[in-house]
Amino acid sequence: MKFAVLVFPGTSCEADTYDAIKNVLGEDVEFVRHNSEDLNAYDAIILPGGTSYGDAIRPGAIARMQPVMKAVKKAAEAGKPVLGIGNGFQILLETGILPGAVLENRDLKFICKPVQLKVENNDTLFTSTYESGEQITIPIAHGNGNYYADEETLTKLRQNNQIIFTYTTENPNGSMDNIAGISNKQGNVLGMMPHPERAVEQLFGSEDGLRLFQSIVRNWRESHATNA
Amino acid sequence: MPQMLEPNSEQVKIEKIYRDMGMTDEEFALAEKMLGRTPNYTETGLFSVMWSEHCSYKNSKPVLKKFPTEGKQVLQGPGEGAGIVDIGDNQAVVFKIESHNSPSAIEPYEGAATGVGGIVRDVFSMGARPIASLNSLRFGELDSPRVRYLLEQAVAGIADYGNGLGIPTVGGEIQFDPAYEHNPLVNAMVVGLINHEDMQKGQAKGVGNTVMYAGAATGRDGIHGATFSSVELAEEEDEDRAAVQAGDSFTEKLLMDACLELVKSDALIGIQDMGAAGLASSSAEMASKAGYGVEMNLDLVPQREADMTAYEMMLSESQERMLLVIKKGREQEIIDLFAKYDLEAVSVGHVTDDKMLRLLHKGNVVAEVPADALAEDAPVYHKPSEEPAYYRDFQAMEQEVPQVTDYNETLMQLLKQPTIASKEWVYSQFDHHVGSNTVVSPGSDAAVVRIRGTKKAIAITTDCNSRYIYLDPEVGGKIAVAEAARNVVCSGAEPLAITDGLNFGSPEKPEIFWQIEKSAAGISEACLALESPVIGGNVSLFNEKGGKAIYPTPIIGMVGLIKDTSYVTTQVFKSAGDLIYLIGEAKDEFGGSELQKMIHGKIFGKAPAIDLEVEVSRQKQVLEAIQGGLVASAHDVSEGGTAVAIAESLFGTNGLGAEVTLHGNETSALFAETQSRFILSVKKEDQKAFEQIVEDARLIGEVTNGGQLIIKGAEKQLIQSDTRALEEAWKGAIPCLLK
Repeated sequence: MKFAVLVFPGTSCEADTYDAIKNVLGEDVEFVRHNSEDLNAYDAIILPGGTSYGDAIRPGAIARMQPVMKAVKKAAEAGKPVLGIGNGFQILLETGILPGAVLENRDLKFICKPVQLKVENNDTLFTSTYESGEQITIPIAHGNGNYYADEETLTKLRQNNQIIFTYTTENPNGSMDNIAGISNKQGNVLGMMPHPERAVEQLFGSEDGLRLFQSIVRNWRESHATNA
Repeated sequence: MPQMLEPNSEQVKIEKIYRDMGMTDEEFALAEKMLGRTPNYTETGLFSVMWSEHCSYKNSKPVLKKFPTEGKQVLQGPGEGAGIVDIGDNQAVVFKIESHNSPSAIEPYEGAATGVGGIVRDVFSMGARPIASLNSLRFGELDSPRVRYLLEQAVAGIADYGNGLGIPTVGGEIQFDPAYEHNPLVNAMVVGLINHEDMQKGQAKGVGNTVMYAGAATGRDGIHGATFSSVELAEEEDEDRAAVQAGDSFTEKLLMDACLELVKSDALIGIQDMGAAGLASSSAEMASKAGYGVEMNLDLVPQREADMTAYEMMLSESQERMLLVIKKGREQEIIDLFAKYDLEAVSVGHVTDDKMLRLLHKGNVVAEVPADALAEDAPVYHKPSEEPAYYRDFQAMEQEVPQVTDYNETLMQLLKQPTIASKEWVYSQFDHHVGSNTVVSPGSDAAVVRIRGTKKAIAITTDCNSRYIYLDPEVGGKIAVAEAARNVVCSGAEPLAITDGLNFGSPEKPEIFWQIEKSAAGISEACLALESPVIGGNVSLFNEKGGKAIYPTPIIGMVGLIKDTSYVTTQVFKSAGDLIYLIGEAKDEFGGSELQKMIHGKIFGKAPAIDLEVEVSRQKQVLEAIQGGLVASAHDVSEGGTAVAIAESLFGTNGLGAEVTLHGNETSALFAETQSRFILSVKKEDQKAFEQIVEDARLIGEVTNGGQLIIKGAEKQLIQSDTRALEEAWKGAIPCLLK
């Protein structure tokens, strides 16, 4: 399976994400720059964290206008797994591939620490290796992670089981419904503020993030085995 | 902006305009002599910034020369952007600490942010990828609204700038004391990783090679920043505000990524950050170090403001700029490389053989000065030194044990002192995970960062107890290095080398110069004993306001090597039933201690003594035990003494407790700050093997399941406290003070 890790000017988590996929997960992965227009060669697309374009205007606001985002939209529509982490999630929100927005954290400060998440929906490409309701530890590191959506959108997210991860023991940023990660209606696009790529080796405190990547691979293998 | 008429040479001399730029009459006369004529306004500006303490180390050089700088591990000592130390496998670490105190006192957000930016550039200009950053901060007491503002803004500045770069901020320290009320200290340290063959130098070599300017355009910000940081702060801080630079971390990130690609190119001859004194220092230093000259046409320098003069361009400290020397004919490759990162790189001049820094502007030669006169040959002063009266008084005092009646309450209060209390409020604002190499996050003795693709890791710490140094600079200097090494050893690392951030008051005062000399002597002695040479650093003098100096604060940034990540050890107790050992007995030492400060509101007396032989042998034994897999947790005993060290070992354990028995004077056993001591926990099955290695280890008790900290004396129980209550007090103290 071949992953694309997108790199915008100001992206900073690309190396960790690349390493998690290449060396820990053991799959193929390549960096793809913001001005590339074609993602056909890849089976899954990851938008890693960072501060694309220095968070000018709003986090993700400039990145969404880059050529590669058209290709991301196409990949999402084609049903390929697309994962946005941190700033990658913000870009997906700005692009409208995922609904809603993120505001500045409730306490108006950047927060970096491990948090407890609950797997709300394990029936997705990204979470099938988790138990439903399982509590996992994954670090966050963001200044704008306070998820916001209007009531109608929230109702839809709930009805369609699009709320994938919630904060359990404490909500660090004030997000609505304690939301930490949501998917699109089809379930092939996931955006999340916590950083699963930082939780792939016990040496760094948690391996809980690795299963998310394993889930992507397993589901891709299964669907390709049946299609073959 | 209308072009202002610059004074001519005669006016500069007769009206003594150089004095406004920080030059003395003698220095101006020396500049005239070196030049063989009276310097014009622009040239005077060049001399004044280059001869500022910040750039020339003119007051500190005689002291710095005495530091031990050699060792088989040292690949690059002081003199370049940062020092380099071998870590095996053809890899090396590059590191340096730098201060940004004066700007942070005036404009804490930008001051602290650009402090991070500058040191990051110093490291990547050596060819190294920055892999960790730390900061060492000093502020006044948090009951002052101004201090709270300075702290909040400085932390926000570091966070906003550092978090955008993708470099984890893995550690550091903060202390609070009235001595820093008007002169906060913001020192930042960055560690980079490099392969030996990628090491770069800031040199302008090879006649005809092209001098290129890369990065952000030059504006009028930060003009004379280096001069301003080399004098006492003005009474009215608004006067200094124009000398503060403004940073843009997005541009820095692009510049870093571009330069890390550039250093792989054989077209690159030399590279240097335009840091303090901007274009003036980078061009003069690169020429002087290489023994060549540089000629630049300032019309070609990218400018973001109209009608800038040569003087303004040369002295601007606009951020995120680099000066490059490129092989002639290869310029287009460099332009294309930077364009890929949306950055400008332009040819502005070339290398010459006449050893002059020659500047052209609008068709005229506006400055022509020997590069060595600006750099190498700056004046050096041997300042008079005099033992201050306060020191003699303190030395004459008997050690006094503070009167404490309620040990439980005293421990609780000590844990709430901002210098001891949890710094989570600060470090949770820094991204300490990015890169996914951070094995030990902030909050332990030293940060630990894995070297990707290897079994190795490095331990990094910054340390300096300036209260001890104030009481006794020589002993305090030794302690600063020893404590840094203790922290590094506790995490499982062997100390490699240090960088020092020397922050002092005005060297014009013999008592202050004495502090500088003595603390440097102490640092040198400890460096030799611990085989950790000084590979670079920074000097920040004149940290005074209204004639009142800060405590002498030579911050030690140390890097140690962990040969295998399986050695990584943290300070927290691991499991109930583990044995607790104290290494080193407490003496009645309270001079400069947290308890003395808390009870008396001031410090006095003798600093705790240190025997470097004992220190070295204990550190070696502890490290041997750790590497033998015999140590479950290791923590050094520092501020607040043994009771605080044990309490800290319980924080974050989720319900563990400890029951220990201490001997000797009760107050001293609990709270004295006697040096060279450790709290270790060891699995029962490892008891014998451990005791054979660590001679001075005394078994004092056990880790329990009870969630209680119980400390007994020889006669009675001294402390019984709920661990959770202690932890809440320790965690809540700083957020509470900031509300």
